Amino acid sequence: MAEAYKPNEMMTIAAARALRNDDVCFVGIGMPSAACNLARLTHAPDITLIYESGTLATKPNVLPLSIGDGELCDTALTTVSVPEMFRYWLQGGRITLGFLGGAQIDRFANLNTTVVGPYDKPKVRLPGGGGAPEIAVACGEIYIIMAQSPRSFVSRLDFVTSLGHGEGGDHRARLGLETKGPTRLVTDLAIFAPDPETKEMSVISIHPGVTRERIRENTGWPVRYAAEVAETAPPTRAELEVLRELHARTARAHGAQAA
Amino acid sequence: MAQFLSLSDAVEAHVRDGDSVAMEGFTHLIPNAAAHEVIRQKRRHLTLIRMTPDLPYDQLIGMGCADRLVFSWGGNPGVGSLHRLRDAVENGWPQPLAIEEHSHAAMANAYEAGAANLPFALLRGYIGADLAKVNPNIRSVTCPFTGETLAAVPAIRPDVSIIHALKADRAGNVYLEGIVGVQKEAVLAAKRSIVTVEEIVDDFGPRNANAVILPSWTVGAIVCVPGGAHPSYAQGYYKRDNAYYIAWDPIARDRDTFLAWIKANVLEKGPEVFAEIVKPLRQAAPAAKKAARKGALGTRIAKAAARLFRGKPGEAGPGKTKVKAKPGRAKQTKAPARKSARRRAR
Repeated sequence: MAEAYKPNEMMTIAAARALRNDDVCFVGIGMPSAACNLARLTHAPDITLIYESGTLATKPNVLPLSIGDGELCDTALTTVSVPEMFRYWLQGGRITLGFLGGAQIDRFANLNTTVVGPYDKPKVRLPGGGGAPEIAVACGEIYIIMAQSPRSFVSRLDFVTSLGHGEGGDHRARLGLETKGPTRLVTDLAIFAPDPETKEMSVISIHPGVTRERIRENTGWPVRYAAEVAETAPPTRAELEVLRELHARTARAHGAQAA
Repeated sequence: MAQFLSLSDAVEAHVRDGDSVAMEGFTHLIPNAAAHEVIRQKRRHLTLIRMTPDLPYDQLIGMGCADRLVFSWGGNPGVGSLHRLRDAVENGWPQPLAIEEHSHAAMANAYEAGAANLPFALLRGYIGADLAKVNPNIRSVTCPFTGETLAAVPAIRPDVSIIHALKADRAGNVYLEGIVGVQKEAVLAAKRSIVTVEEIVDDFGPRNANAVILPSWTVGAIVCVPGGAHPSYAQGYYKRDNAYYIAWDPIARDRDTFLAWIKANVLEKGPEVFAEIVKPLRQAAPAAKKAARKGALGTRIAKAAARLFRGKPGEAGPGKTKVKAKPGRAKQTKAPARKSARRRAR
């Protein structure tokens, strides 16, 4: 009998399942970090996790609040300087998978984390790209994890912070890129993958209990579906236990540091 | 040779109105105490350079010290926005702020180019990204060997760089390790530099031959400020105050609350408060840890907020500051408390 779970838990677990034991993964903070560590604590114990603060092959016991918490350095195989991280490891092509989130995404999985509204007179100034512009092009492939809403899944981005499939088709190749770009988009409702020809992100799996109607309401473009659409397997009891325990000890650790 | 100075003398001597100032430290070893001193000395028209502006630049910008910001990621890590930065960019408060925005890779390369005495940095960067359209300092060059087009950005050459390190010896050499970020590059790229440290020792003693050392003749001023990185951390000395970062959010959100906080905690205080505030975060403090685990996260965040005002709860802070745990975060504590509070003692 399946246990009760939240859409966010389904999203994190579905993203974790897509990670492989031999991946070398550049991890973004927040949901990507939760998914990557869940994978490491379940089916991918040997996955190599790299955070842009310079920590290579880190195995945090609790999720970091920031990209450079001491926990990441304490549990890393080695820690390098930030210029070395971006030059030798990312630009050097030694990372198989980049894991990103964003504030806005379009149907070709381009991401905006910079501004809502015009750049010079923003309605909302977001934090900006950080490592993402180069992660998006230098890693072998990209996974993206984002909750769906009409505000975040938009027909047109105000700003392209990091490249997905650009305008679709062979756009990446025309820019001279040999990396694959976004190969998975995992949301709280479904899993998307790029159409082999157009590169438009298309639904390949729908989470249990989610209707196509709900996906439509929460996506700012007409959603395409792959020829065969699966139903995502619900979270197992083991997956939920490991994820909840990870979040619980993270909350305890971050609070404890303050009291 | 490095001079040993007080923090006020070091800032007085090395930071001038109109300077370009880089304060670096990638999450680890952020020179927060030094930033407070720059606020106290009311420096104006600064160009602030930093990959991740974080809390010190939120404070400097909110106090009107800066005309310009060069950066690559401007958020409160793991929490959300930097509200003073946003208010300056979106509403021009307290004054307009010009921004020059890059990616992390470009800024890291630009510091390295500065340290290496090159005019610009070269990277395979910004491909398909809109930043290149809005930042005229992102340009391109053609490789003379392969014909490949590569991104170019100007080297960062600050007038003054400020970092926080673990320790200095009496000869004025500086030592840091752990997440070392771009601090070495920032100091070597700058005309002048200030390094605050946790302690000054007779001798570094046994050390890793590859630890980052800045020799005395590369450093301008050294200042001993124990706790001077807080709420960032110093590896082996004290932990990152994650709850403090969460508690900063509502304080920075409101202009009046922010100004009251700066008055009570920066303008009317000195660098000595940092040693006091990191006491509960010092490592190997099992009793404090155990007591901490008992409280709900919301309570702990409220306590951190009280410490932001450096007083007891309900005592020093402006009455209207209400700090609540985000509902989503508070929920996490409802998960059954399990046996594995086995966070390694360090």
